[in-house]
Amino acid sequence: MMYESIKYEVNNTVCVITLNRPEALNAFTSTMNKEITKAIKTAEGSDEVRCIVIKGAGKGFCSGQDLSEVDNSMDHGEVLRSLYGPMVKKIRECEKPIVAAVHGAAAGAGFSLALACDFRIMAEKSFFMNAFIQVGLIPDSGNLYYLRRLVGDAKALEISLFGERILSHDALKLGIATKVVPNESFEEEVLNYATKLAALPTKAVALTKRALRAAGDLELSDFLEYEAQGQRIAGLTADHQEGIKAFMEKRKPVFIGN
Amino acid sequence: MTEFQFITTSIQKEIGIVELNRPKQYNSLNRQMVREIVEALEAFEHDEFVRVMIISGRGKAFSSGADIDEMASDDSIRLELLNQFADWDRVALLKKPIIGAVHGYVFGGGFELALSCDVLIAAEGTEFCFPEVNLGVMPGAGGTQRLTKLVGRTKALEWIWSAKRIPANEALQYGVVNRVVQPELLLEEALKFADTISKKPPLAIRLIKESVTKAVDYSLYEGMQYERKNFYLLFSSEDQKEGMNAFVEKRTPHFKGR
Repeated sequence: MMYESIKYEVNNTVCVITLNRPEALNAFTSTMNKEITKAIKTAEGSDEVRCIVIKGAGKGFCSGQDLSEVDNSMDHGEVLRSLYGPMVKKIRECEKPIVAAVHGAAAGAGFSLALACDFRIMAEKSFFMNAFIQVGLIPDSGNLYYLRRLVGDAKALEISLFGERILSHDALKLGIATKVVPNESFEEEVLNYATKLAALPTKAVALTKRALRAAGDLELSDFLEYEAQGQRIAGLTADHQEGIKAFMEKRKPVFIGN
Repeated sequence: MTEFQFITTSIQKEIGIVELNRPKQYNSLNRQMVREIVEALEAFEHDEFVRVMIISGRGKAFSSGADIDEMASDDSIRLELLNQFADWDRVALLKKPIIGAVHGYVFGGGFELALSCDVLIAAEGTEFCFPEVNLGVMPGAGGTQRLTKLVGRTKALEWIWSAKRIPANEALQYGVVNRVVQPELLLEEALKFADTISKKPPLAIRLIKESVTKAVDYSLYEGMQYERKNFYLLFSSEDQKEGMNAFVEKRTPHFKGR
């Protein structure tokens, strides 16, 4: 498949999607939006992928919407409905684990993209920034939906209204970052983390993500039913059998992903 | 049983299953296929061993709707003489319970087939839609009537006019489907529900279906009279004696369908 503004690579069941407009700090264009959505869909449907990493080429992760594409005639609501919304939804629907590998700046919709992922590994010299307020806009692309869940309403509001940089270590303290790693070993650490995720029983990972999502939406009794369905499905996987067998044989399980 | 080209049929315990089997065409319904579905259901209706029927679809979708190629060049007179929708009327005459187990796309004629079922179980991710308006026509196999009786005029107009895709959870909210389950368990859960119903006294199940269906069309007064007659009728059944005796004797009833 050909991509213009991203790179799509799969190595040892890890899919790496690289935002590839380094000359513009990987700012979103409509093409990049569509390509990310398409890439996630492809990775989700591919049996050889068991973990997805999203990262940026060049100096940073992503600087948000390319402001050169913004003009007076633009209907911001429609841009979100037609481009960013579908991308965020596609990430949400993806049942494989998604890691945002953040170095340098993740600002505006770039921050939102990282928030929509399951995990955020940050290089030490990197930061998040809800830059929307600086151009008189509100956080978008699901930003507040995820941010308030991580840091609570008051902190989410503060981050959004002042638009200040959240440095990696602060992001870790706030629970936004999963892990902060030295810049020198960033790529290696990201790959290790992704490889670890890819070796897990992938179906159980998917069902855990599903159940977690449902936990946010359902009443307890409905959730318990949902969980029972998930466990029924997991109980039918080869990886479950392998897990039991490995336990009995006192060895490490080798999961195949279903 | 007759050889079918576009569907497969099977019987599990006391449940007759019709599976739409044109997966490459997303189970798009041609006239012969509709005829096959109706004939298979009628065969189950007359098979005294079968107590409940299930309709499901093989592959990625329940059904993407009518086969457009087949009707694109039709004219009004040919359609009038063909009277193809008469086959659909036959489904409404069936007295045994029909459970629809739907997933993926439930579009157009596929949606109408689903609405012809008594109970619907949908997989997560299912989308319902009446796309006919985009082709310059409208639903013709009961869509405007059945949907309206289910969700009311306002919603029915919105959905059929706009041809919007209705996600499973919205369909659940409006009472179009009874339950949404995780996709892997769709058939298992449909079979479980069918099994529950198949253990109830078949005559009562039958007259309940008849009476509830009448409530959709009859005035309250007429419906009440109709219900009463069916209630009295059940007192001629062996199962009524068995049911009430078992209740008094504090044991599990054993129903025979007589």
